[in-house]
Amino acid sequence: MASFFDIRARQAAAAATASSSKQQTPTQDNRLQPWVEKYRPKSLDDVTAQDHTVTVLRRTLQSANLPHMLFYGPPGTGKTSTVLALAKQLYGPELIKSRVLELNASDERGISIVREKVKDFARMQLSNPPAGPAGEEYRKKYPCPPYKIIVLDEADSMTQDAQSALRRTMETYSKITRFCLICNYVTRIIDPLASRCSKFRFKSLDEVNAGKRLQDIAKLENVPLEDGVVDTLLRCSEGDLRKAITFLQSAARLVGVVQAAPAADKKRKRAKIDDDEDEDVMDVDQPSSSNLVTVRSIEDIAGVIPTNTIDNLLTAMQPSSKGTVYGRVSKAVEDLVAEGWSATQIVTQMYEEIVIKDDTTGDWQKARIVLCFSDVDKRLVDGSDEHLTILDLCLQVAGILGER
Amino acid sequence: MALLVDKHRPRTLETLTYHSDLSARLRSLAASGDFPHLLIYGPSGAGKKTRITATLRALYGPGVEKIKIDSRVFQTSSNRKLEFNIVSSNYHLEITPSDVGNYDRVVVQDLLKEVAQTQQVDLSAKQRFKVVVINEADHLTRDAQAALRRTMEKYSPNLRLILLANSTSNIIAPIRSRCLLVRVAAPTEEDIAGVLARVGKKEGYKSCEPLERRIAKDSGRNLRRALLMFEAVHAQNDNVTEKTQIPPPDWEALIEVIAKEMIEERSPQRILQVRAKLYDLLTHCIPATTILKTLTFKLMPKVDDALKSDIVKWSAFYEHRIRMGSKVIFHLEAFVAKFMRLYEGNLMGMDMDFDD
Ligand SMILES: Nc1ncnc2c1ncn2[C@@H]1O[C@H](COP(=O)(O)OP(=O)(O)OP(=O)(O)O)[C@@H](O)[C@H]1O
Ligand SMILES: Nc1ncnc2c1ncn2[C@@H]1O[C@H](COP(=O)(O)OP(=O)(O)OP(=O)(O)O)[C@@H](O)[C@H]1O
Ligand SMILES: [Mg+2]
Ligand SMILES: [Mg+2]
Repeated sequence: MASFFDIRARQAAAAATASSSKQQTPTQDNRLQPWVEKYRPKSLDDVTAQDHTVTVLRRTLQSANLPHMLFYGPPGTGKTSTVLALAKQLYGPELIKSRVLELNASDERGISIVREKVKDFARMQLSNPPAGPAGEEYRKKYPCPPYKIIVLDEADSMTQDAQSALRRTMETYSKITRFCLICNYVTRIIDPLASRCSKFRFKSLDEVNAGKRLQDIAKLENVPLEDGVVDTLLRCSEGDLRKAITFLQSAARLVGVVQAAPAADKKRKRAKIDDDEDEDVMDVDQPSSSNLVTVRSIEDIAGVIPTNTIDNLLTAMQPSSKGTVYGRVSKAVEDLVAEGWSATQIVTQMYEEIVIKDDTTGDWQKARIVLCFSDVDKRLVDGSDEHLTILDLCLQVAGILGER
Repeated sequence: MALLVDKHRPRTLETLTYHSDLSARLRSLAASGDFPHLLIYGPSGAGKKTRITATLRALYGPGVEKIKIDSRVFQTSSNRKLEFNIVSSNYHLEITPSDVGNYDRVVVQDLLKEVAQTQQVDLSAKQRFKVVVINEADHLTRDAQAALRRTMEKYSPNLRLILLANSTSNIIAPIRSRCLLVRVAAPTEEDIAGVLARVGKKEGYKSCEPLERRIAKDSGRNLRRALLMFEAVHAQNDNVTEKTQIPPPDWEALIEVIAKEMIEERSPQRILQVRAKLYDLLTHCIPATTILKTLTFKLMPKVDDALKSDIVKWSAFYEHRIRMGSKVIFHLEAFVAKFMRLYEGNLMGMDMDFDD
């Protein structure tokens, strides 16, 4: 049996596919791509809901100047997509390889790499756009400004030392090189670096824009949605569009709508989101209601605990005459844990019900209850045992509720 | 002789018992061609691994069951050499990065890139991508998780990950955002009793439904545990009946003794005696968390209701310390002492919990 890592076997395999892989229909690959990649913004115009950032960056397309940049914000809000789109629009397909270096947390980025790889790239001569009339055409499409871009994605996982080493590099080569740092937690970027960059905050996607995007994708993929599905997607994904798109695709796969392969002439349109898709939708077989993506299926995929399960737990925590509080609560928690619900999800939904929604509980009680939540959150992140931790939380809260 | 737990493991999605909805979902995912990255989570012994192995078979056919184990050496940036075991077939590989502790990032970085950049060896493979199964993903360090992020996006045409975890709490948000989360609930007691009956029949055991139900109940909805207990009962008794004793594992019996001792007498000497037993458990590789949790739940039926919530509070408190600290015995012993004080206080009608 050929080994996974056997170089020769691999090369042979590679050689064998090399000729055929050219012909491999890209359209088929496209259809089988995860939607998050398929609908990754291809240009700045496709980036949703980050208006401020997009406006500023679009200006740089004209002015040919760019500061060092720091993009920060929660997962799935378009940071990586934006910088990739910007790079594409600035340099076009010919130059992007030689002008843009992307390093992310999956690359070795210790201090020595920053010293060497980044520095080497930073000081390299600028590559030239194609010459002649073709080049002129090219330049009309892509401004090709006279600097390179180094993208350090997921920069918050770089060590402090490695970040420090960047400072000098940034200054020394600033004539021909711009840096773009991307992170989730801006506080993990050392101050001397952060202060050298223009900061762009990526907001959690607001409901209107994210909803529109999801609706567009559903339409392009011919996925019929039950009423309220988009709202549920938005609620369950907490402003993370990648998550929302993943949920949508999973739900679609599960009801089997994805298999409806589009006819050849529709493919090209599909690659791009545009509005005049109605006719396409019309001539596809009317989806039967069994193919409908439902609210419950989305919640299921998102790991949301059903309302009645949470209600059971809350009821068990209320003082009552039936059995002891410990007896009821410990049973309810045991079941939740055996069902595999994630502790963070349990905590989130409990918080929602007890602290936010319930207004029969007094403020003084709530003030003490939130202290318990704070403790528990920290412990879970530290990797404490979920069963004990959740049981503790529920008993403490039940104790406080029982005091009235 | 293979153990029951291995011998009768279902190998295809079609033959998996219980959670048939979930099996159907996995089947439709495997058939869809755009299989996503998966994060499979659920309690121990719920059948996560079994389901995933069956899913891989649905993806690639029986060839995926021809596995071998390689040992590979990785070099850390400080030039340390790490030996690491990889289970692989032509189509997938399986790793347990937590084996190398804090060096897991190196392994994840190197290995995944390598996999992502290689072609499928088998040209007639049913999928273009290869699958990497990561066991105990909830034990990955933050660094290692960060190293997965862009890899999961960039190499998605060639590579899919299946992360297995008991819980999602320790998986960072950017990773969760890149996976389809699949929850595997523990089988119900009826489900377990059903599996035992079926396995018993194949083994030619005498069927005894009440005993099977009792095992299912005692197993705490852990199927692996139930199967082990089932095998033990039948190994020790030629003729099982409704009343046959189900022997608890040695370590559990010892914890029961500790619980009894703590209730009987609360004194410094008693703490010393208990300490010896705790050491005994630890030297037999029973995890400190398991000891503390089992002890707590064994104490519960023996104490006054008024005390229960405080005992849980301190148990959870010291369990957290066990995670964060370095000497587990300190925290186990502290719990024992704390318990004794609470118990005494309650007897004397005082609230002794003034460390609050
Ligand atoms: N603002 C946006 N407009 C359009 N699509 C978006 C936007 N944000 C996220 N998406 C969708 O989510 C996917 C992931 O986005 P992206 O990789 O840019 O996130 P990110 O901010 O870099 O997240 P992370 O912090 O996890 O790296 C994209 O492929 C796209 O499908
Ligand atoms: N659907 C099933 N039908 C019958 N037996 C099963 C089924 N699923 C799992 N088992 C049995 O249950 C035992 C535990 O399963 P498995 O190893 O898959 O659990 P797990 O969820 O991976 O546990 P852990 O988290 O502890 O690794 C195995 O011995 C297997 O034979
Ligand atoms: Mg990103
Ligand atoms: Mg397992």
